Amino acid sequence: MLFERFRIPVLGLLLSISWSVCSWGAASLDTIIIDAGYDKQTRIAVVPFGSSPGVPEDDPLADIVAFDLARSGQFAPLERDNMLSMPTTRREVFFRDWRILGIEYLVVGTSTLQAGGQIAVNYLLFDVVNEREMHVDTLNVPGSKLRDAAHVIADTVFEKITGIRGAFSTRLIYVLAKDQGTRDESFSLELSDSDGERARTLFTSKQPLMSATWSPDATQVAYVSFETGRPTVVLQNIATGSREIVTQFAGINSAPVFSPDGRQLALVLSRDGNPEIYVMNLLDRTLRRITRHHSIDTEPSWTPDGGSLIFTSDRAGQPQIYLVELKTNLVERLTFQGSYNARARLLPDGKHLVYVHRREGIFHIAWQDLERDDVRVLTQSSLDESPSLAPNGTMLIYATQDRGKGILAVVSIDGRVKYRLPSSSGDVREPAWSPFIDTLTKNI
Amino acid sequence: MLKQRLRVILALMLAGVVLAGCSSSGKDEPVTPPAPEPVQETTPAPKPPPEQPSDFDSQGNPLDPSTRRPLSRTFYFDYDRSVLKPADLSALEIHARLLRSNSDRSVVLEGHCDERGTREYNLALGERRADAVRSFLISSGVPARQIETVSYGEERSQSPGSTESAWSRNRRAVMIYR
Repeated sequence: MLFERFRIPVLGLLLSISWSVCSWGAASLDTIIIDAGYDKQTRIAVVPFGSSPGVPEDDPLADIVAFDLARSGQFAPLERDNMLSMPTTRREVFFRDWRILGIEYLVVGTSTLQAGGQIAVNYLLFDVVNEREMHVDTLNVPGSKLRDAAHVIADTVFEKITGIRGAFSTRLIYVLAKDQGTRDESFSLELSDSDGERARTLFTSKQPLMSATWSPDATQVAYVSFETGRPTVVLQNIATGSREIVTQFAGINSAPVFSPDGRQLALVLSRDGNPEIYVMNLLDRTLRRITRHHSIDTEPSWTPDGGSLIFTSDRAGQPQIYLVELKTNLVERLTFQGSYNARARLLPDGKHLVYVHRREGIFHIAWQDLERDDVRVLTQSSLDESPSLAPNGTMLIYATQDRGKGILAVVSIDGRVKYRLPSSSGDVREPAWSPFIDTLTKNI
Repeated sequence: MLKQRLRVILALMLAGVVLAGCSSSGKDEPVTPPAPEPVQETTPAPKPPPEQPSDFDSQGNPLDPSTRRPLSRTFYFDYDRSVLKPADLSALEIHARLLRSNSDRSVVLEGHCDERGTREYNLALGERRADAVRSFLISSGVPARQIETVSYGEERSQSPGSTESAWSRNRRAVMIYR
């Protein structure tokens, strides 16, 4: 078993915590590096699960659950070596053992091989302070879905304690560029778990790929591919792998985004001379032109109600974010601070924006309260781009550079929690965080 | 003799154009025999063209007629701008002349950006840069059918690195002769 070290700041101290990490072949993302969390973190203990013979043990469930909670920045999981006891059932729990360590919440569990080959994962969550059982559940999964079960447990624990739906059992798509500038240059669209594990390739090309995005039911992805020698918009079914070029007009075909109901695709075409926003009805493939302006109009994204689009336009001389109401085509400018604001996404509440913001020549991810026009810069690195929100709106993933290499990074919406997903395989970029997925029943 | 042959070829070509018009295929099908003779004249040439050195090198790239050296095919832009630099206009004027006099040749104009800014916005900016070259060529009399544009945004950098010199080499439009 391969042990890697993570540095997680806990109560102002840097403690080294060992987590077991399983390698899934030639993974395109390395292990997460946690850079920052909240000053005051909830102290939780996730005790190694008891397991019956026949349960795969190369990927301990408790470690995956604890690491999910740790990378949320809100939890400080207790290191295994510091546990005074290792209960796996309700009867074995002595609250005193945990109270003395200052632990507020406790997770214990067992995984048992069933007659049919399924594994029953039983787990319990305790409130140590009030000596109360908060939750108990059993997940029946095949061995191949043990990781998914761990992420579901982390989601549930997160929600029971914070009141916010967890987004650990989600997926990421991103572009991996290898051997850039050489004859062997290649681009691939990759899909991984939200922690970067289990990465697999959805499509590979010698030509650039960009602007990957999820359908709201997470069964399809759309992206821009240069496979014909020019930018085209492609739809790809994740389960079957079947692909379809949906637009290949002269000029730019790019920036696809699915409507919240999944029936329409907003995209950018320059077939009429310069980049304009269009909406395609995915049933009959008809196109409706939304913007009419001689400037660059690009990077559309839907409002949560599906009634409007936000987009980037340089109609005022430099790129700023605008909103267009689809019923009336009325356009309203949303950003006013700074001379470069682009590629915006709305939070699930529809009242806050995140976007790429240039400040003193450096590109950061910024957050804006639309009602109070309050702008906050969330990232301190440079060349930050492509922000994509977790479906619960608590974190966003973006692309940045680290010593000249493209890496992915995650920041909480208040800028306090930070972690990185580097890649030893090449440059990674253009991340898109999936919607909520029922990973125990769906194969995505 | 040569004059007569030219007439025959022109007649064949006209027939070919009419036929191509009927078939309404949008592709550039080889409807004429691949003739190395000059085909740009619409009326019989007053005299046979003199033996001129080729306008292109062995790779098919254009040569500067006065110096016989490769003509620059890459034009650079200022940050976030898509305006051609005055220093490039004389080279572009020669490109326009070569394209006008070699109607069998066409160019793909690639627009590129440096890595700063968002990828989609840069895709649009790259198109503007390619369009700036296109507009110049068209206003210099090059038929639109000889020009194609494609933007790669920041996806195909020429120089790696995040320095001002790398960025300035990446903000470019490139002419690819076909």
